[in-house]
Amino acid sequence: MRYFLCCITLVFCAAQAHAQQPTGVKAEDTPNDSGGSITVVWDYPESYEKAEQIRYIISVGEFENGPFHSAKYNEANLQSTDPGTFGHGEETSQKIFARITAYVAPTDPPKRIAIENGKTYYVQVIAHLPSGESFPSAVASAEAYENFFNTLKTNNFVLGTIFSLVILGGIILAQKRDLFIRRIAGLEALDEALGRATEMGKPVLFVHGLHDMGSVSTIAAVNVLSRVAHRTAEFNTELRVANRDPVVMAVSQEVVKESYLNAGRPDAYSDDMVFMVATEQFSYAAALDGMMVRDRPATNILMGYFYAESLLLAETGASTGAIQIAGTDSYTQLPFFITTCDYTLMGEELYAASAYLSREPKLLGSLKGQDIGKAVLLIVMILGTLLATLGNQTLTHIFTAY
Amino acid sequence: MSRDQIIFVAFLFVFAVINIYLFGSDSLSADWAGFGTFLAAGITLSLYSFLYKDNPLFKFAENLYVGVAAAYTLTQVWYTVLFPDVVEPLSGLDSQSMSNLWLIVPTLLGLFMLTQLSSATFSWLSRIAFAFVVGLGAGLSIPRTIAANLLAQLEPTMQPITPTWEGLNLLIILVGVVTVLVYFFYSVEHTGPVGVASKIGIWFLMISFGASFGYTIMARLSLLIGRVGFLLEDWLVLELPLF
Repeated sequence: MRYFLCCITLVFCAAQAHAQQPTGVKAEDTPNDSGGSITVVWDYPESYEKAEQIRYIISVGEFENGPFHSAKYNEANLQSTDPGTFGHGEETSQKIFARITAYVAPTDPPKRIAIENGKTYYVQVIAHLPSGESFPSAVASAEAYENFFNTLKTNNFVLGTIFSLVILGGIILAQKRDLFIRRIAGLEALDEALGRATEMGKPVLFVHGLHDMGSVSTIAAVNVLSRVAHRTAEFNTELRVANRDPVVMAVSQEVVKESYLNAGRPDAYSDDMVFMVATEQFSYAAALDGMMVRDRPATNILMGYFYAESLLLAETGASTGAIQIAGTDSYTQLPFFITTCDYTLMGEELYAASAYLSREPKLLGSLKGQDIGKAVLLIVMILGTLLATLGNQTLTHIFTAY
Repeated sequence: MSRDQIIFVAFLFVFAVINIYLFGSDSLSADWAGFGTFLAAGITLSLYSFLYKDNPLFKFAENLYVGVAAAYTLTQVWYTVLFPDVVEPLSGLDSQSMSNLWLIVPTLLGLFMLTQLSSATFSWLSRIAFAFVVGLGAGLSIPRTIAANLLAQLEPTMQPITPTWEGLNLLIILVGVVTVLVYFFYSVEHTGPVGVASKIGIWFLMISFGASFGYTIMARLSLLIGRVGFLLEDWLVLELPLF
């Protein structure tokens, strides 16, 4: 009887110990990365009442039978917090995961050896219980490699493709018939402001923002500059274009030259019309302030992405009595332009400006396409909120940025 | 002498007297640190003199600032980009280390940009470099813009609206986003329901701009306090509890 009880106790203890061993251990290449990383996943030990106190050590070896070297340990209650990889479902709370990018060098412990691509590694998860006991898991193996396509960005890719197609459709539509575009006050005033400069015999100062040619607002500003230069060429008004970036300056020179050529006034163009002021933010502002006060341009046009210098420029311009038209997509600087300029193109109005001014089918069509895109997003947003309120967050998850 | 000239001379005189006293009383040390404080105070006051009107002192400080900034940028570009990333790797090329040969491509593109300054015979080369920069910039910004301006805004907006304060907050955000988006529709006339929504959108925009304006003005005031603190404490060596 005693022997039987001992056997039962031993079997029970072994079963208990086995229950604490990490189960369902899987190792795989970390998805959507540039390699050098392995992801280890195992089950959350729900049956163990002190599950939250378990400490895990993940060991990595180059051979199935070891030796294994410590790679990473996680706090006991670490759960899956990467919905991009593991999804949003309830089942993710039943898993624990860890990303391994390096392990301790066996010969030189403080140093760590990085995980190499294309090499098989063997991984073991060791659970350390609060009682001091340790339970190693079964060994799992994985190979890290570079992922050609980042599936987390699929929604980005699909949205980009759909919007591109919609814009292309808009362009085709614009080539077939006239498209309506609503009035944009700031742009309606552009001719009036240039006309005023002509009447007063004073120059027009066009000020670029601080961003380089990679910025959408700079590209939009260059488009507006093209129109302004065309008009100043027609009106025979002096134009000055201030730049902070040498590449923007060179592009602006080309654009202004072309506009003067198109207006039939190539003789009126001079390279000196488009000039570098300064490369630093506040020296740029100080120099432009000086120009505004000394030359007293009748019209100041500030287009592009501005930072803290926006108020310095616009306030000085306002004090000289110039008509000021500003356009920026810099959210933090818009209030300053709104308070100090006569007209302000807010955010996307700056992008729409070139289409509005030129009435070119290509630009008008892309504006139409953007409007369709916005309408789609608007519907998605309202529908997504309704569904989320009803307890279904599928649409919210589809439109999540990873 | 005109009124402005008298003010100008008086200002220079007062500034000189104060500095003679500060150096004489050892409040400012007669070394590079003391000279730096004196110079910084002079340039600060010269730039602030623009608040009165344009004057030779401001012109001097403005031109100095532009010149120093240009020189600083040049040294920064040389020591952090051109020398370590171009000159050093390319000058060390030999038969053993041909892996840096690819650096010739961006270097050539950079040199092409300079052809803009040359005659028409070579200036067309600059367009290759500009086309590369503009194309690359646009290409890189498309996925980034979709992620930051679309997806990152959509997900937090599409949250369950509950009968709590948080739910009300979410509802206000949703109404704000929808109406502001309506304002930025260009291919429909802003009349009727669209006009109403667009007007509400403008209200949302203006309220947010007002908040942003106040917030930024606070930050600017702290900059002004910093500069005034420098003038009073570091230059005039006044013990003020305010700063």
